Amino acid sequence: MTREASTHSDLAAIASEGRWHVLNTVASSKAGHIGGPMSAMDLMVALYFRQMRIDPADPKDPERDRFILSKGHSAIGYYSVLAMRGYFPVEELATFDHGNSRLQGHPDMKLTPGVDVSTGSLGQGLSAGSGIALAAKKQGKDFHTWVVLGDGEIEEGMVWETAICAPRFGLDNLTAIIDLNGLQQYGWPAAETDRFDRSEPMGHVDLQAVFTGFGWNAITIDGHDFEQILAAYAAAEAARGVSGKPSVIIARTAKGRGVSYTEGTFNWHNGIPTAEQLDIARAELLGDKEVGA
Amino acid sequence: MKSQRVVWGDTLTELGETDKRIVIIDGDLATSTMAVTFAKAHPESFVEAGIAEQNMVGMAFGMSTLGYRPWLSSFGVFLTNRALDQVRMLVSQTLAPVRLAAAYTGLLNGSAGKTHQDVEDFSIMRALPNMTVLAPADAVEAEAMIRWAAEHDGPLYLRLARDAVADVFSSDYVYEHGAPILLRDGTDAVVVSTGVQTSRTVEALNAPELHGLSIRHVHVPSLKPLDEDALWQQLDGNRRVFTVEEHSVIGGLGDVVSGVLTSRGGSALQSRIGLADGWSESAPNDFLLDKYGLSPARVAARIAAELGA
Repeated sequence: MTREASTHSDLAAIASEGRWHVLNTVASSKAGHIGGPMSAMDLMVALYFRQMRIDPADPKDPERDRFILSKGHSAIGYYSVLAMRGYFPVEELATFDHGNSRLQGHPDMKLTPGVDVSTGSLGQGLSAGSGIALAAKKQGKDFHTWVVLGDGEIEEGMVWETAICAPRFGLDNLTAIIDLNGLQQYGWPAAETDRFDRSEPMGHVDLQAVFTGFGWNAITIDGHDFEQILAAYAAAEAARGVSGKPSVIIARTAKGRGVSYTEGTFNWHNGIPTAEQLDIARAELLGDKEVGA
Repeated sequence: MKSQRVVWGDTLTELGETDKRIVIIDGDLATSTMAVTFAKAHPESFVEAGIAEQNMVGMAFGMSTLGYRPWLSSFGVFLTNRALDQVRMLVSQTLAPVRLAAAYTGLLNGSAGKTHQDVEDFSIMRALPNMTVLAPADAVEAEAMIRWAAEHDGPLYLRLARDAVADVFSSDYVYEHGAPILLRDGTDAVVVSTGVQTSRTVEALNAPELHGLSIRHVHVPSLKPLDEDALWQQLDGNRRVFTVEEHSVIGGLGDVVSGVLTSRGGSALQSRIGLADGWSESAPNDFLLDKYGLSPARVAARIAAELGA
């Protein structure tokens, strides 16, 4: 199924539908995460519907762009995007986290069409992406590797092993996208300067300066503004084969984005919406629109 | 008589001439692991990742998805412990053809001591699904395994020793995957060993105090997979079994052999010769082998004592 995704409002509509799939699926499966999948939804919709060179009918195409959801606990958001993009039926989302499902609680490259790398143990995806990008350089491959990380996730030390190492190989075919949604599962008490109800994981860190200092191209954007998202992606792609540096897009987002009661509160890191809460979410995300599943 | 690490560097260098799937990812230890030989011959296939073992594993996995068969060059202890989560999720789970060339394994690591002693590796690696766990007895078997591994499409752990041991096998040796190897036959007891401790055990079984005994010696080159039926044939009917390994007595060859015995109704009494549950120290090889009971003389003395010789 090909979706109309030519305008920013098309993308926003797809993202709203994706957020609905997240809440609806978690409610029916009674498991999964909410806040992270919703914060990263715009970033992922823009990648899958506009930026990446992919073919859902040929998910193993050797020349495809690679995608890694390093924050693997946002799996249901990933599956929602893959389903809407046509990798498998939207109806299959209902099997999420059920026994014998292809849609595991964390992404499994051995099971799910379109999943390039198994993730879930935090901090590993960027490293895997750097290996893919290095191999692609060695083989003269013409594709880009995109990795989405969480701002809580980058507390993991392994991320910084890769941050130091990747620029050494000139991996300008590698782009990290940090979903800076401002909250983690629990974290620390909020200070007055924090955006939300707990301390911002990287609130005390000048990430752009850090990554620039490590030898990356770094840009900070509003991760819910499709114009900024697409421009950042285009710049990263334009740097491929040119800049000699990997890119990082620090995307300021809001955890639980798009629904009044989930946005900006750590309590919706995970949770199961009630029937009443689902009704509210449906109204806020979809209005009168009908969607599958 | 070469060291296994030299053989590893030399053999990969030779294979790398024609097999461009082979890359080595090094954790800044190339001059110790002998990846340096390969690095000089094939700089385009050598990746220096720096001192960051977790990232090495991630990079190796990533490269494997484009057809490479990466070998990791580091001290075994850092691969099996520090990078365990990465090996577990990115290699074991994905079946990626990543080879862990575990250098300086066991007790003997050039007097580096406990921080660098890789003595729980069998226990850890055996527990990982899909992981092949190999422990060559000498340089000859190490080379044969490396050649075999070139065509193996899956995760692999290769336990390599820093220092040379007396060769057990002759140059016409061919590695047969998973098969235990009968080194000498006998009827009074069976001694099962693995890794370079097999070389020391060959020497131990030639000790004067064991001359009056008829002892069977079996070498286990692959702890996983293992042809258990073949091993059971070597154990069946014997009342006394000894396992000898340069590894903790927990989770290694001793447990493998126990599992084979008990699951088939064996009634043999088994003695585990290995490292007691504790910490070792930094010292010259001969001192460590003697103090911790793995020198040929100590192994021979223990077997003789337990058999009442």
